[in-house]
Amino acid sequence: MTLTPEEWTAILLSLKVAGVATLASLPVGILVAHVLARREFPGKALLDGVVHLPLILPPVVTGYLLLLTFGRKAPVGAFLADHLGLVFSFRWTGAALAAAVMGFPLMVRAMRLSFEAVDARLEAAAGTLGAPPAAVFASVTLPLALPGILAGTVLGFAKSMGEFGATITFVSNIPGETQTLPTAIYSLLQTPGGEAGAATLTLIAIAIAFAALVASEMLARRARRQIGRR
Amino acid sequence: MIEVDVEHPVGRVTLAGSFASEGRLTALFGRSGAGKTSLVNIIAGLTRPRRGRVVVDGAVLVDTAAGVFVPAHRRRVGYVFQEGRLFPHLSVAGNLAYGAWFTPRRERRAAREEIIALLGLERLLAARPHELSGGERQRVAVGRALMASPRLLLMDEPLASLDDERKREILPYIERLRDEVGVPIVLVSHSVGEVARLAATVVLIAEGRILAAGPPAEVLGHVDRTTADVGPTAVVEATVAAIEPDGLARLETAAGPLLMPADGLVAGQRIRIAIDAADVMVADRVPAGLSALNVLPATIAAIDPPKGAAQTVRLDCSGVAVAARITRRSVAALGLAPGKPVQAVIKGVALFRGRG
Repeated sequence: MTLTPEEWTAILLSLKVAGVATLASLPVGILVAHVLARREFPGKALLDGVVHLPLILPPVVTGYLLLLTFGRKAPVGAFLADHLGLVFSFRWTGAALAAAVMGFPLMVRAMRLSFEAVDARLEAAAGTLGAPPAAVFASVTLPLALPGILAGTVLGFAKSMGEFGATITFVSNIPGETQTLPTAIYSLLQTPGGEAGAATLTLIAIAIAFAALVASEMLARRARRQIGRR
Repeated sequence: MIEVDVEHPVGRVTLAGSFASEGRLTALFGRSGAGKTSLVNIIAGLTRPRRGRVVVDGAVLVDTAAGVFVPAHRRRVGYVFQEGRLFPHLSVAGNLAYGAWFTPRRERRAAREEIIALLGLERLLAARPHELSGGERQRVAVGRALMASPRLLLMDEPLASLDDERKREILPYIERLRDEVGVPIVLVSHSVGEVARLAATVVLIAEGRILAAGPPAEVLGHVDRTTADVGPTAVVEATVAAIEPDGLARLETAAGPLLMPADGLVAGQRIRIAIDAADVMVADRVPAGLSALNVLPATIAAIDPPKGAAQTVRLDCSGVAVAARITRRSVAALGLAPGKPVQAVIKGVALFRGRG
């Protein structure tokens, strides 16, 4: 099994896009999941809805909305480009943004469930021992929710690796810049004689997804042992 | 010194009333659902009362009129929960260390080694909470609370989830805590035996109302079945004089000698026992041919007004107040009246210290 330089590029780019998307959305995901699990506030249903929107909207629509918001001439996109030098449109960063947005609901769902499963009475106990709320979160809530946080991270990563519709709509399919595994497979299938390359990339996509799943399962198992559940 | 004065809705009833206690161990006594845990949660800062004031050793923790509400983590009030609530992801040593991290350096008074020795935790330090027995878990929970150098220790039915064997295992630790560690304790209990044995001050709570607060003999002597799960209960100080070969312990009390099942008591031990009025009979002479072992001379101090067919007779057994719950008919048939000398017949088992 040999890979052409283009295929290698697509694989590495995919890993970079999905990795950056996952790492960047991780803190936000933890925060949003915890807020949804533990807080009551006006507009909670709205936040819940917005978070889940990418899951139910056609990906093309999400991609188009990203283009309207973060495009070079769009209000937010122009602001970020002028003030922070951060450009999304037709760049790999845009692919990462699309992947992050699409993976976010899956990530938050898994994390929210695990936060809800943390016994709030343990958090109260930590408070009576003198721990301020932020310390309770770091020393009790987070470690106890860790298996779910890992699961959410892997789900988000897997979704990011496979994202197609929003990516191709938002940042197109530029080899070396925005051409990720799925869009590369799509391109190969559009090219006469590209089936073999498509098959190779498909196998690699399966292998990466599987490795991620196994790794998360191992980490989650270790975390569960740590907290005394089996 | 603990001062509590609160009003707070709890389910269908309103928790209301006040008490002050100077004692080393204050027991909140009442049946389940009376509002004891809600009251403790208010003292701990886990519940914000609708109206009220909580002062511990001069520190105002809650004063709704002045808008004061110190959050739980700044109160330095330790809490031993009914179910332990140990952190499952930390070892016993980690659980013990937890509170010390958050105690300001100059306030750290807790001596780790002494607490570990006091509670017998030496061999448990490396264990995880799920590997511990119920009694061990509660001991670790007590140690964890103490390690945070609290100014007050709350214990919510720490024995409720344990069987009698485990209770017997923990009770001495709580007594040592009360006598050797200078932290005042508020203990929630619905067990009259526990309260009689441990408390310096008893606070009686029924359906959310704080009905009485005072020395155990006084408060428990005047409870009845409308406010608690027991009738009027005498609290008697006793010293274990000897353990007899047939498994009975001979106790010396101001009221006279008493026998009770030894059950782990040792000679020389000082204990407090509870005698439920329902377990006391009255005879007008020393009875013969009776299975009850304990018969004490007494004088009738007073007779409460009848409630239905029953009536509570207050006896003075050589200066110790003991109540007897008998029928109105017996009161009439024996011609009982204040001042009359009688014999108090106490069923041996009624003295069981872990009762209720």
